[in-house]
Amino acid sequence: MPELKVEHLEVRYGDLVGVADISLQVEAGQVVALLGSNGAGKTTTLSAIAGLIAPSRGRVEWRGETISGQPAYAIVSKGLALSPEGWRLFVGQSVEQNLRLGATALADRSRLPALFDRVYALFPRLAERRRQSAGTLSGGERQMLALGRALMSEPRLLMLDEPSLGLAPAVVETLYDTLVELHRLGLTLLLAEQSIPLALAIADYAYVLQTGRIALDGPAAELERNEQVREIYLGVRANAAGHQTQGR
Amino acid sequence: MVLVQVVVGGLLLGAVYALFSSGLTLIWGMMNFINFAHGEFVMLGMYVALLVVVWLGGGPAAFGLAAAIALFALGVAVYALLIRHVARGPMLAQILSSFGLALLLRYTAFWIFSANFVTLPQTSLAGTIAIGGIYLPVAQVVAGLVAVTLTIALHLLLTRSALGSRLLAVAEDRTAAMLMGIRPDRMQALTWGLSAGAAGVAGALLATAYPWSPSVGETFGLLAFVTVALGGFGSVLGSLYAGLIIGLIEAVSAYWLGAIYKDIVVYGLFVALLWLRPQGLMGKA
Repeated sequence: MPELKVEHLEVRYGDLVGVADISLQVEAGQVVALLGSNGAGKTTTLSAIAGLIAPSRGRVEWRGETISGQPAYAIVSKGLALSPEGWRLFVGQSVEQNLRLGATALADRSRLPALFDRVYALFPRLAERRRQSAGTLSGGERQMLALGRALMSEPRLLMLDEPSLGLAPAVVETLYDTLVELHRLGLTLLLAEQSIPLALAIADYAYVLQTGRIALDGPAAELERNEQVREIYLGVRANAAGHQTQGR
Repeated sequence: MVLVQVVVGGLLLGAVYALFSSGLTLIWGMMNFINFAHGEFVMLGMYVALLVVVWLGGGPAAFGLAAAIALFALGVAVYALLIRHVARGPMLAQILSSFGLALLLRYTAFWIFSANFVTLPQTSLAGTIAIGGIYLPVAQVVAGLVAVTLTIALHLLLTRSALGSRLLAVAEDRTAAMLMGIRPDRMQALTWGLSAGAAGVAGALLATAYPWSPSVGETFGLLAFVTVALGGFGSVLGSLYAGLIIGLIEAVSAYWLGAIYKDIVVYGLFVALLWLRPQGLMGKA
């Protein structure tokens, strides 16, 4: 049984259709990539799964339970965390406060010290700056904090929305190394990315979104060789090639 | 010596201004909501104190606590029944709803308590105390010290506690806060409870020293706005400094120029300050 199952998801913003028909699933221990250009519906899909927007049709099932329609604060406590696009850190608060906020949904408070230790071991830079305001961090450090904050709720599945956006290529490389490491330690990942080579390099399975629908899906290794993927991108977004050059 | 007495008395009263103003600044800082009914919360705190003394024979600790609890509950109820529904609507809806609430509370108080001025029966805080050669009413000293303590406690709650961090998180980014597992509605209800509770305690403290009628809310409401604007919108610490400054200026100008001129001095200086530093003392530009 898949951990996460999305069936015929439709999300509307008033008259506007955010996504029209999305079905996907994520198995335990997988890395699944959601690919697509700007506006294809990646963020909307993740927001609907996380409970930030209620779908107008379709359903989201998490470990056998229907969670669509439940509010975000209830969903994160079930072990399904989203690190949103643009990181959305609490820039007025310190690094440590941001991490502690990430653990709000944690039921077992005695785990808190161990979780802090784990995040600081993963990102020693954050430990050095834990008293510093999140607003003073560099782009790479902000990405570390966003990831660390999401890990503080001890999620079974971590959803990342465009984690590489706005980062220098070297920083992106470090980030992806960390994601591989987290996956190796047993974390399931659902990753939205614009950059195809980046995402396909670490994904087991991928879905390509185009104007709110799944245009193509398959094992990452197959999609890497598929010419159609490139066409879907280039058809919608002429400068997609620029993103591909920064790949690994 | 008289001047020292005036200065200390002004600071003690200013501390109470700071306490109720910190409630107003909290609502602004957390929700960008201007609460025109804040002065009415202070007024209701005064009547709660009166009822506890008259009906139950309670002492200062009892009526102070009762005012805090009653107004905390009222604040939560106001949020749940009214504010929650208009807070994310247009600015005009916010202004009219809280202004309407102010009128509702004020005229309900007129209806129940009449327009007559009342005073609190003598409490255990009656009498004066001599400190280093100056004489101050015990009630005023206690009120000032309690008010400073509570205002600082509120500041520490916001800046040092995990709960305060969650409150600020909702204020900073509601969506991100929800993704952390925080329930914004609960945090905002708590904000209203704390805000009204602070006003309620301040009202109970003021009731020990001054006669009042239901229209007193107007005076304190205006004073709270001036304090918050002076201290910087959203800053509890700013409210503390501003409250103390306003209490001091009021007392000194009443002493030098006469009581009827003190408002002219306070509001005149206030306008001058807004002209020079529109963001207030602690506000961000």
